[in-house]
Amino acid sequence: MSAIHDATEPTRRDFLYLATGAAAAVGAGFLAWPFIAQMNPDASALALATSEVDVSQIAEGQVVTVRWRGKPVFVWNRTAKQVEEAKAVEIGQLPDPLARNENIEPDAPATDVNRAAKGKENWLVVVGVCTHLGCVPTSQQGEFGGWLCPCHGSHYDTAGRIRKGPAPENLPVPPFAFEGDTKLTIG
Amino acid sequence: MQGHSTYQPKGVAKWFEDRLPIVGLIHSSAVAYPVPRNLNYFWTFGGILTFMLVAQILTGVVLAMHYTPETTKAFLSVEKIMRDVNYGWLLRYLHANGASMFFIAVYIHIFRGLYYGSYKAPREVLWILGVLIFLLMMATAFMGYVLPWGQMSFWGATVITNLFSALPGVGTAIVTWLWGGFSVDNPTLNRFFALHYLLPFMIAGIVGLHIWALHHVGQNNPTGVEVKDFRKETVPFTPYATLKDAFALVCFIAFFSWFVFYTPNYLGHADNYIEANPLVTPAHIVPEWYFLPFYAILRAIPSKLGGVLMMFGAIAVLFILPWLDTSKVRSAKYRPMFQIFFWIFAANAVLLGWLGSRPAVEPYVTISRFSTFWYFFHFLVILPVLGLTEKTRPVPNSIADSVLGGAPATPASAVAAPERNG
Amino acid sequence: MTMANTTIGRAGRALAAAAALGLAGLSAAPAQAAGETVKPPAQSWSFSGPFGKYDAGQLQRGFKIYSEVCASCHALSLVAFRNLHEYGGPGFTEDQARAIAEDHKVQDGPNDAGEMFERPGRLSDRFPKPFPNENAARAANGGAYPPDFSLLAKARTYERGFPTFLFDIVTQYQEQGPDYIHALLTGYAEPKHGEKPPRPGLHYNTYFPGHWIAMAQPIQDGQVEYTDGTPATVDQYGKDIAAFMMWAAEPHMAARKGTGMVVLIFLLIFGALLYFTKRRVWSAVH
Repeated sequence: MSAIHDATEPTRRDFLYLATGAAAAVGAGFLAWPFIAQMNPDASALALATSEVDVSQIAEGQVVTVRWRGKPVFVWNRTAKQVEEAKAVEIGQLPDPLARNENIEPDAPATDVNRAAKGKENWLVVVGVCTHLGCVPTSQQGEFGGWLCPCHGSHYDTAGRIRKGPAPENLPVPPFAFEGDTKLTIG
Repeated sequence: MQGHSTYQPKGVAKWFEDRLPIVGLIHSSAVAYPVPRNLNYFWTFGGILTFMLVAQILTGVVLAMHYTPETTKAFLSVEKIMRDVNYGWLLRYLHANGASMFFIAVYIHIFRGLYYGSYKAPREVLWILGVLIFLLMMATAFMGYVLPWGQMSFWGATVITNLFSALPGVGTAIVTWLWGGFSVDNPTLNRFFALHYLLPFMIAGIVGLHIWALHHVGQNNPTGVEVKDFRKETVPFTPYATLKDAFALVCFIAFFSWFVFYTPNYLGHADNYIEANPLVTPAHIVPEWYFLPFYAILRAIPSKLGGVLMMFGAIAVLFILPWLDTSKVRSAKYRPMFQIFFWIFAANAVLLGWLGSRPAVEPYVTISRFSTFWYFFHFLVILPVLGLTEKTRPVPNSIADSVLGGAPATPASAVAAPERNG
Repeated sequence: MTMANTTIGRAGRALAAAAALGLAGLSAAPAQAAGETVKPPAQSWSFSGPFGKYDAGQLQRGFKIYSEVCASCHALSLVAFRNLHEYGGPGFTEDQARAIAEDHKVQDGPNDAGEMFERPGRLSDRFPKPFPNENAARAANGGAYPPDFSLLAKARTYERGFPTFLFDIVTQYQEQGPDYIHALLTGYAEPKHGEKPPRPGLHYNTYFPGHWIAMAQPIQDGQVEYTDGTPATVDQYGKDIAAFMMWAAEPHMAARKGTGMVVLIFLLIFGALLYFTKRRVWSAVH
């Protein structure tokens, strides 16, 4: 162990220093992970609680708000006229042409059929959170008869699609299923 | 004593340094700072303690993100951390065992100071700041232990806060004030949580002063002789001390990990996995292990007020230790009699710890009394008398002499005077 | 460095001895009650030691005992049905766990009429309690409160004594709880000296602190049917339910011990690298 010894073998010494430094960096990286991961949703939140709605009491034209994973979900029993209005819209007119429906493939176009419940076209189920900055839009308001977000004036139509205003996307359709004609399970 | 920084910035760094010389400060205190070259591994515990403080604060802050300081929810929120939060079990076991590791390290650090006379002039303020840190650590640990709201949490809080009821006249009023009610309850839990979060940052502040004082007077070393020739007797803090501290720290973390991953509940109490019940006291309540010596002193005295005073006195006596030890020689290395008494004191402290874990029955009570007596006798009688009467071994002239095996020729008394000027 | 080395050696040995003695203060493990206690015999557990894992089959048997025998009085309120199929647990499939959940009635509500109602359990639910509150539980059990099983395996212990408790650090013995639970279930006996219970409705048990326990012997040989060929004896039942309860109390043990091994191996390598780096740097000084 002398200085002369060091001078003759610089590569071995450099390797030792590099390896020690690398081990310290790797250790610090792995140590940091639990501190970061703990802020993600915990196991009970991920267990995806489901919400159930009795839809038999929802009259035609009525919107009901239910809570799912801490957020409002709108369940709307649309009138025939409202469905017709939504169907009449050309895809080309829409700022967001995608259906945003978790029950079907992600690249489906935003037709009313792709937005509404399958086989029950009067039912529209959307997450009631404006895609702009997260406010809850007011039902059956705005220029297109769907929703109007009070915060920054985003207008949604009767299929929950963004038509005007700063919001970039259609209101998302959460995973849901009807059991018979009366029970709706969200999640 | 401060190492003269060789930090000579250029360009943007110089522009910044002219306005806020923080890099230069870090350089002078953590890079260029001269460290006696003969320090042994007991001198690495300061670094280990700094690491433990940071580790406890970091794990504590993330635990606080999931903890609920409310009597009906506290226990469940801790269990939620253990079961549902990502890596919650790891963070909580790190924090709970970290408290014990913190105390293991601080006790080694304190006993190192006692052995090598690190409390003697000119390091009295450094020592007193250390005792203050120790006191704050105890307060923090005690309040932290209350938070899981298990049976030991609750009854520990009840017993310790009741200590203050021993104060004549105002005792009951003070305890009611501490509790915010007529028993340990939700207001108590809330304020303990707030203080448990606050105190570590106060500790960090005093640690800053502790290090400042250390860097002002310079480190003691195993010979107890002050540095005379910086060029020959010291090495720069970085890379020498940093690497040595880092190696010791990794060994300490391995020890820590053993407990966290394999015996995480070894240092805890089974009763604390039972939710607090204000109507039932566990059969055998004991504080955490690091409080046991003081708990034994408390119970050794047959009077309530006397026990409380003696317990606080056991810590108070540490504050005046620099003036109780009259010896001119610092390090126990050159004090054969002191060495013997040091180990008797250490063994007695361990004995007190063991007695603290025993039920308050004979023969433990009598042994506790003798042991308590010896604790104070050591500080108040042995140290002052020993310093005046002990025949010390010759002290080396300098660290260089000691390290390079130079002949120690000067008797102890002759070096005492220059040493005090160090 | 010779001088410093000897100092390290001498002081090191002495301080190490002090530290070991210092740990003697740790024998704080409280017994359940003061007075005469009989130490539960240590069992062999699949989950002890650094490589210990829960035996999924044993946990499933323990769960069967819990469901058929214990669940009518003892809650398991911190465990969720989803835990049954999670890593390191009893190893049920998700569908099995869901089926178990659906076998339980869970209170939910209030519904639109403002009333609480019962529905089949879901994976996200926790095990429902057998009694709505402690008073109801006591009323139904002659004044005794059947403790919740969720943490019991960590909440029960007995004093290990000196110097065993020091060796426990090295052997990683952490199974006081399961040992005690097994001993309790197999410890029902006639009173040693023919003592009478201090009040009616208490039962003698060798290992229960104070010996008189409100719970009558809860399980007999052959009471729970095993389909995997494991002997259906009280001794085996005791082991299986104790293992299950240990899992309920410490569900992440597998992750903990697995992570620990990786961490210790890393620290060994990192420590060795640091040691040689330190020696290399200091070699210029010595």
